[in-house]
Amino acid sequence: MAEIIDIKVNGERHRVEAEADMPLLYLLRNKLELNGPKYGCGMEQCGSCMVLLNGKAMPSCVIPGSAAAVYEVVTLDGLARDGKLSVVQKAFVDEQSAQCGYCMNGMIMSATALLAENPKPSDAEIRQALNRVLCRCGTHTRIINAVKKAATEMNGAKSAGKP
Amino acid sequence: MKVFEVFKTYGAFRTDRREFLRNSGRLLIGFQLLPLAGAALDGEAIPHPVAGNGRTIDSWLQFDSEGILTVITGKMELGQGIRTALMQMAAEELDMPMDRVRIIIADTSQTQDERYTAGSGSIEGSGNSIRQAAAEARRHLLKLAADRLNAVPEKLTVENGVVRYGTKTIAYRDLVKGQKLEMEVTGNAPLKKHSEYKLVGKAVGRTDIALMAAAKPYYIQDMRLPGMVHARVLRPPVYGAKLLSVPREEVLKLPGVSQLVVNGSFVAVVAADEFQCIKAVRLLREKAKWESPALSPLPAALYEDILQKGAGTETVEEKSDVVKNLSEASATLEAVYKRPYHMHGSIGPSCAIAEWKDGQLTIWSHSQGVYPLRKTISNLLNLPEAKIRITGVPGSGCYGHNGADDVAGDAALLAMQAPGKPVRVQWMREDEHQWEPYGSAMVLRLKGGLDGDGRVSAWQTEIWSDTHSTRPGGNAGHLLAARDLEKPFNLKSGGFSGGSHRNSVPLYDFNSQKIILHNYNGPLRTSALRSLGAYANIFALESFMDELAHKAGKDPVAFRLSHLKDPRARAVIELLIEKGGWRKGEKELVGEGFAFAQYKNNAAYCAVKAEILIDPSAKTYKVTKLSSAIDAGQTINSTGVISQTSGGMIQAASWTIMEEVRYDQNGIVSTSWDKYPILRFGDVPHTEVFLIDRPELEPMGAGEAAQGPTAAAIANAIFHATGSRLREIPLLPEKIDWKKFS
Ligand code: FES
Ligand code: FES
Repeated sequence: MAEIIDIKVNGERHRVEAEADMPLLYLLRNKLELNGPKYGCGMEQCGSCMVLLNGKAMPSCVIPGSAAAVYEVVTLDGLARDGKLSVVQKAFVDEQSAQCGYCMNGMIMSATALLAENPKPSDAEIRQALNRVLCRCGTHTRIINAVKKAATEMNGAKSAGKP
Repeated sequence: MKVFEVFKTYGAFRTDRREFLRNSGRLLIGFQLLPLAGAALDGEAIPHPVAGNGRTIDSWLQFDSEGILTVITGKMELGQGIRTALMQMAAEELDMPMDRVRIIIADTSQTQDERYTAGSGSIEGSGNSIRQAAAEARRHLLKLAADRLNAVPEKLTVENGVVRYGTKTIAYRDLVKGQKLEMEVTGNAPLKKHSEYKLVGKAVGRTDIALMAAAKPYYIQDMRLPGMVHARVLRPPVYGAKLLSVPREEVLKLPGVSQLVVNGSFVAVVAADEFQCIKAVRLLREKAKWESPALSPLPAALYEDILQKGAGTETVEEKSDVVKNLSEASATLEAVYKRPYHMHGSIGPSCAIAEWKDGQLTIWSHSQGVYPLRKTISNLLNLPEAKIRITGVPGSGCYGHNGADDVAGDAALLAMQAPGKPVRVQWMREDEHQWEPYGSAMVLRLKGGLDGDGRVSAWQTEIWSDTHSTRPGGNAGHLLAARDLEKPFNLKSGGFSGGSHRNSVPLYDFNSQKIILHNYNGPLRTSALRSLGAYANIFALESFMDELAHKAGKDPVAFRLSHLKDPRARAVIELLIEKGGWRKGEKELVGEGFAFAQYKNNAAYCAVKAEILIDPSAKTYKVTKLSSAIDAGQTINSTGVISQTSGGMIQAASWTIMEEVRYDQNGIVSTSWDKYPILRFGDVPHTEVFLIDRPELEPMGAGEAAQGPTAAAIANAIFHATGSRLREIPLLPEKIDWKKFS
């Protein structure tokens, strides 16, 4: 049965009519018409559907929207500010870290969560953080480069901001 | 790296068809010249005649009244970056800035019929046509400009789409004035000298990556059309299963379900909402009854079966009497190599949208061949091709013939049942895993002879393989759904065996060699997977070269070079050794392996070096680094070649070390990523690519060149580190003989 789900996505409150068991992914894509989270497996095995739940990168394809409503949800669609890409997004563009790009949502969301928590990750930590996200095109080398570049940029901005 | 800011606005918006099309580059076209683009925006699906006949400039290029150049290609964007590469080639010849160039890809109502986007042939095919057309356009425009500026064409220069003579200038825009360039492409218009290239050969950024990063609608999966409904197909449990019953009433009672379509054993649900549709199909899966034939032979008996049942034997190549030369060799060697069924494993399962309206069928598809697909759908529905339009929209990377065409067939059938409504069919993960056509299992038996100097005196390869091409080229039987209909279409297989023996003929200077192919009709559905048979053929050939080098007591790289005169082949090998090093000092627990091939023996030259680290106590190994040197002739976009080579190595490493489609008598067992694991980030090797650019030569296909060499390089590295020669893919650690380490 459809019910009203009150959920905060990308900083905005939405009252969405959806079935209680509808996975968050379908709510985001079909009810809110967001494009960031992608369907890949529906089984939490590929990471295509990654979103941030209270800042943590989590798959959205299994958790029902009704259960996710306790979190603040952020999607790739919500990372840009005033039309400007986030540092991580921009690094992925600069480093050309996509072939088909279908994995890019999962990679950027996971990297965003990682860098918020650990501003200077090692290569191994980057790989660990992105391990849930599958990329079949083999774009990994460029993806690592993008995450490192984003980290450098964020740290540079931070130290530049210090008195 | 500069990214051209064609898509500068990243504001929030609602996705409608107009917006989608604008972002996919379709609206950025002058209306006077391409009225059909406008028509598509209004939701009309009237197929228009394609501009030009392939021999005129306007078949490939059009200028609008704003001076924007639109490149028209029948090829499809598959993540290989073909859009950017083709735009670069046109912009270069015409001296246009990239931000004034657009592109239209594969669309039966707008582009030429360029068959399939496959075989790494887009740059050589479409790219060459576009380059010639651009050169012709330039010659024509300079003639016009010369008249207007009172000069001879030779004295004119062009910069950023503006022709200059002394202080006088005139823009292309003012020369074309919205007119079509209908003149013939003669092929004799002078091409720009490569020394004057400003764009070709450079790492020009792909504009579409900014769209992906900003979560703009880009993929077919992101298309939302007004009034669109969702459909899911309930595929049978196993190949050839027949439907006995479905819980019709129960399904139709579910909320949101509008239709249950049953035609023979083809079963699908249509619903307003996607999740409702998924739930309905879950119920169907649980309760539908089938009569299922047993799948056989089972994996344990597969390779034996392949060896026994291979038929239709053909001799691919024969040079001097191999049997005699083998018998006279001072040493001989024989080895059998095996490769299992492999999956394409697209990360986004296949998807298509179809709409049947006013006697016209429009299909949006990520197929690799919109024209062949149209012909096939025409056959399936008994509908004239003129009434069908197929528009290519990118999907997830496909790496060959995956479920793209099949899902378009599903959507076409269902659209005919729901007139006036766009029907979106999204395959589920298990559909893609179970039903995509796999890369064929293969067996290869190699025999080699060495002479007294340790040089190869005879070589023989015997190949056993199922087909590597069952693409739909007009026969509906090549679409899954068609085979399940009440009046089924049948698959006509066989015919093309070129994919099976691709790269089986050694490029080395052997005086005596013979290649034999046995065709096999196996238990699983197969078709084109990146590089086709070349993957296994090179795995075997380059492993065997290592085995022969070992037998001859030679260094494997030196052994290869001593049999190789082709200077470009030698150059990639030598460059890789120079840059990447080669077995400098024996490091414990580390193995280095090498392999080389020229893809298809006529495309890119590619050498690969693999480094592995073994852990004898854990009885395992890890591929730590893959390096490559590649020569694809003239480089169009270095970013593209590097990405494709690096990605090809990582993908091939995954196939080689861990992948195998599993099945039992009830059907495919590998139905999800945990049952068909692929390399994850933590285990992906570092990669490094050294590119040899030869701007003076023709460009050559590069996208599949690394697949085979990577497989052999890993096997050769395992041998180097452990002394175990693994000849059966996947090269699982438990196949290594660890005893000598204990
Ligand atoms: S779609 Fe959610 S993890 Fe694959
Ligand atoms: S770029 Fe295609 S899946 Fe990662």
